[in-house]
Amino acid sequence: MDFGPHLLLASLEGAVTAAILALTAMGLSIVFGVMRVVNVAHGEFYMLGAVIAWWVTSLIGGHPAIGFVMALGIAPLVVGLLAAAADKLILQKINYDPDRTIVATIGLLYIIQQTTLMTFGPDARPVQPPFNTRLALPWFEYGEGGFAMFWPWGLSITSYKLFVIVAAVAILTTLWLLITRSKIGLIMRATQLDSETALAFGVPVDRVYMWVFGLGAGLAAVGAVLVVPIQQAHYLMGHDPLLLAFITVIIGGLGSLPGTIIAAILIGMSDGIISVFFSPTLAKIIATLLVAMVLVFRPQGLLGRSA
Amino acid sequence: MSNTQRSNLLHLGTITLLAVAFFILPTYHVGNLSRIMVLAVYAIGYNFLFGYTGLLSLGHALFFAAGMYGLGLSMELFDLTTAPALVVGLASALVISAVIGFLALRTSGVSFMIVTLMFAQAGYLTILYFGTYTRGDEGFVIQQADRVLFGVDLSSDTGRYFAALALFSVCFLAVAHLVQSPFGRTLVAIRENEERARMLGYDTVTHKLKAVIISGTISGLAGAAYALLFGYAGATFATVQYSIFPLLWVLLGGAGTTIGPLIGVIFMFYLIDLSSSITSAYMLIAGVVLVLLTLFAPQGLAGELRKRVFKWMP
Repeated sequence: MDFGPHLLLASLEGAVTAAILALTAMGLSIVFGVMRVVNVAHGEFYMLGAVIAWWVTSLIGGHPAIGFVMALGIAPLVVGLLAAAADKLILQKINYDPDRTIVATIGLLYIIQQTTLMTFGPDARPVQPPFNTRLALPWFEYGEGGFAMFWPWGLSITSYKLFVIVAAVAILTTLWLLITRSKIGLIMRATQLDSETALAFGVPVDRVYMWVFGLGAGLAAVGAVLVVPIQQAHYLMGHDPLLLAFITVIIGGLGSLPGTIIAAILIGMSDGIISVFFSPTLAKIIATLLVAMVLVFRPQGLLGRSA
Repeated sequence: MSNTQRSNLLHLGTITLLAVAFFILPTYHVGNLSRIMVLAVYAIGYNFLFGYTGLLSLGHALFFAAGMYGLGLSMELFDLTTAPALVVGLASALVISAVIGFLALRTSGVSFMIVTLMFAQAGYLTILYFGTYTRGDEGFVIQQADRVLFGVDLSSDTGRYFAALALFSVCFLAVAHLVQSPFGRTLVAIRENEERARMLGYDTVTHKLKAVIISGTISGLAGAAYALLFGYAGATFATVQYSIFPLLWVLLGGAGTTIGPLIGVIFMFYLIDLSSSITSAYMLIAGVVLVLLTLFAPQGLAGELRKRVFKWMP
């Protein structure tokens, strides 16, 4: 393939990464924004979403679409409830003290990961995508006879990957409407701005925290269910998304939701493009160092306001 | 008996106990104990920053690995003998902790944890990237001939145990002395209330930087000693898990106590040792312990003891 089609292919793959990343990072960002809490176990909620998706689809059988739709409903719900329970049983008890919360969620990380290892096992397991038609893409080039359209070999995307992008956009739009237009969103924003005043106005802050924590984990699980037909479920799969989501939230500005989306697109796309053209390890080293430097020299992130 | 005398008694008593343990414990536990003492040095280094200065780093594996690879690679690639290689290991930990400290201390709180985590991750990936020299995850063995220091064979049971004990004693006593000195007291003041310490005229940034360097160098020393005593250097020691371990040990034993790191390592070591004979998912135990600790004993074992019984404990 020439450079042009190659780049198009890389950006399409990047867009899929960006879509999943936006969902995962949004979960982390909401939790940090509303509760001022860093959830280190976020990647494990993601992994749990994928594992439950595998479990549901393999249990149901029949056409892969039925299992997939069921998984898309069940996995985020189960993960969200689990996270809400963890919040009530652990984080609420330690009063969301920043240091202790990090330690407790590190503990949670190992509990979820190792329990999955004991039950699900160390193997990676695939999930059938509900539909998977290969769509060839055309490429236009200015040649001797003016513009010509042709179909380069290998330049294609599956219908499922397009669906992932569309689904992520739809879910994020719904979320945005929920936060900005509904009463639930109003309560969330009130709690974020000033939890004590919100409490004085009769907002059940403890319960809001619990469900926000659940919502954050649920979003990670949605991302995982969408990705699992492309990637396979594995008990260690939460590690990379956690780091990437962290990076995204930081670059976007801690707690800034639009910033998170923009950063997710930026990072997802560049990850897709860089890993096509450079060694993935080197790309990761550069990305990690860049993010650390952003935090050091511009701690409020790209869109965040200084605290 | 004054409090200082009591602490001296506690510290010298601990060291004596460890020395006596070599003669009375069975070989298996003696082997474990030498590993525990080296890891306790790592925990002591971590405790100096976390327990006394109040900075929670999630990137100490980088310093541990700096010591380990500084020693290992200078032996592998430049054929240095033991003592100069040890110096290289120490120096690389010192330089790296100075650079990381200089950068990371521009941030605070949650950002500090994430920045240190990121730097450590970049360090781990760098070790993998230069796999031709470091041999990545597989790691490499330190040659038997290189493991002799001042005529002591560090690969023999006795040599290894007493080298570990000597190293542990030096770090243990030095840190115990340091935290009672005016410098250490200032660090505690910064931990308790940085604004106030600054208002009283202390240069808090320089103090914190010094704390990172001391902590990082002790951690690097532990890394170098680990490679030297157990004859192996590998990228596993640079992973996030090895940044979380010292946090776990210190929290379990008691942050901000001199004896806490040792207690934490002993406890955790045997907990994992026992549970790994039952299940391969032994990190589950670590997770449960972390959660239970934050819920019920945020001060750790020694910290709770100090709160309830021995108020004089250092």
